[in-house]
Amino acid sequence: MTTLRRDLALIYDWVPPHSRILDLACGEGDLLDHLARHKDVTGYGLEIDHQGINACIARGVDVIEQNIDDGLSNFPADSFDLVVMTEALQALERPDFALNEMLRVARECIITFPNFAYWRHRLHLGLKGRMPVSSSLPHAWYDTPNIHLSTFKDFARLCEDNGYTIVDQVIGRGDSWRGVGRWRNLLGETAIFRVKR
Amino acid sequence: MNTLPADSIGIVETKTAHFDTPLQLACGRSLERYELVYETYGTLNEQRTNAVLICHALTGNHHAAGWHEGDKKPGWWDAYIGPGKSIDTNRFFVISLNNLGGCDGSTGPTSINPDTGRIWGPDFPLMTVHDWVESQARLADHLGITHFAAVVGGSLGGMQAIQWSLSYPERVSHTAAIATTPKLTAQNIAFNEVARQAIRSDPDFRDGWYSEHQTLPRRGLRLARMVGHITYLSELAMGNKFGRDVRNELNFGYGIEFEVESYLRYQGKNFSDRFDANTYLLMTKALDYFDPAGEADGDLAQALTPAQSRFLVVSFTTDWRFAPSRSRELVDALVLAGKRVSYANIDSSYGHDAFLLPHPRYEAVLGGFLRQAGDTLGLAASTTAEEASS
Repeated sequence: MTTLRRDLALIYDWVPPHSRILDLACGEGDLLDHLARHKDVTGYGLEIDHQGINACIARGVDVIEQNIDDGLSNFPADSFDLVVMTEALQALERPDFALNEMLRVARECIITFPNFAYWRHRLHLGLKGRMPVSSSLPHAWYDTPNIHLSTFKDFARLCEDNGYTIVDQVIGRGDSWRGVGRWRNLLGETAIFRVKR
Repeated sequence: MNTLPADSIGIVETKTAHFDTPLQLACGRSLERYELVYETYGTLNEQRTNAVLICHALTGNHHAAGWHEGDKKPGWWDAYIGPGKSIDTNRFFVISLNNLGGCDGSTGPTSINPDTGRIWGPDFPLMTVHDWVESQARLADHLGITHFAAVVGGSLGGMQAIQWSLSYPERVSHTAAIATTPKLTAQNIAFNEVARQAIRSDPDFRDGWYSEHQTLPRRGLRLARMVGHITYLSELAMGNKFGRDVRNELNFGYGIEFEVESYLRYQGKNFSDRFDANTYLLMTKALDYFDPAGEADGDLAQALTPAQSRFLVVSFTTDWRFAPSRSRELVDALVLAGKRVSYANIDSSYGHDAFLLPHPRYEAVLGGFLRQAGDTLGLAASTTAEEASS
């Protein structure tokens, strides 16, 4: 798995062999390509970035040009085993709708997003009095695609309110990931959540 | 045409295949014998695994790429077929034919009916997409091709590509359905009917026996083409091209005043000079009839079940004849049926016509899909035009 980005490698490990998955914001299809080659996983990527779509098609990853903000109503309930969404939740118009949709078309989903309560972000806002800019949140406030920033606690609450269960999570960033401890909402920069309905 | 572009397939020749095994048609009649004209580009490999079939649209023909001696412009899809192009003739053996019922050389209304000795005219049987696929399969047999690396088509051609994947699932490994639809809407059929009525109500149409009366329903054909042409372009493309530009000045009459009027009349006239009215009528009916879901109680996903190929579905943002939503219908049904499919919606201002025009992303998408098809099938990778010619 040396060629797969570290967070994708963790997700890769969580995907059962032979499953049928939907990868929302699949980029150039790295995850789906690996899963298809090594785990006999089938499914589709959804993407709106043209470069990403073109790259998927050229490498044989099935990709559908579709905006997640338009919903997933074209996919019937339980039509997939698993839905994956990496680094896109915070850029959606309605993350709550998206979460509901993901857990309608599949029983389980894997979601990654940046934690706004990460201590560096808190420090940035608390001491400098300005919106945080970091490796996980690299944009300025006025041009950021991340329009719905949240914290791990916020996300946990959203899941709880909707009756979903977080069954697994790891925190970290880049190449360094670990299981969660009690200070996760302070120490975790991004997280990978595995949520079931 | 003194020098050909480096990425052109060059001078091409048209061939004719004769068939004398009766072809049973959907309308209940059969064609006892018929001819199909076709062109091929590239070289069939020894294993005969690199064939790609091109299916043409409403008024297309077999001359999809390259040049005929004396041509002022190349074949209708030359932007996409050639050495190093999206449909790479260095790698694939490309076949393009004129469909049955056509007026460019294949047996059709302008051919002689062997039973009567006079031209078929309006007696030529109505064709369906299914019938065309059957005749194309016979052409493939004739050429010794049991399996297509890909079947590719836009608009009405896309319907044939879809039908291929259903009629002969084991013979197609990749299907590219471009700017097409799983069935026509009432509005689509309505436009076709206006075009047909324009032709049929022309006094020179003579119930379709115009050639025997040494007439031609030119006015009808012109009108039909004008209406059709409006649906091929987007409002944006027409606006960009003509706006409200006036030829000379407004003169409060019914002559040509606006540029768009001049353009439509020109298109209509050109078309009426080259296209057979009975063929046009027949082709529009084939569009209307196409509805694979109809045979599965309206369940498109069910109808697509037999398909084994990988699909590429492409639409264009400003196409309102077969809008992106119609391609989405096809994609969603393919997903529901568990088929392998990719979908791209190409940004273009050119409306339905965009599928014929050069476009970097469209070229990348179609080229990427076919390159991947070639890799999957283990076909020798493309050589560049220079390498091929040296």
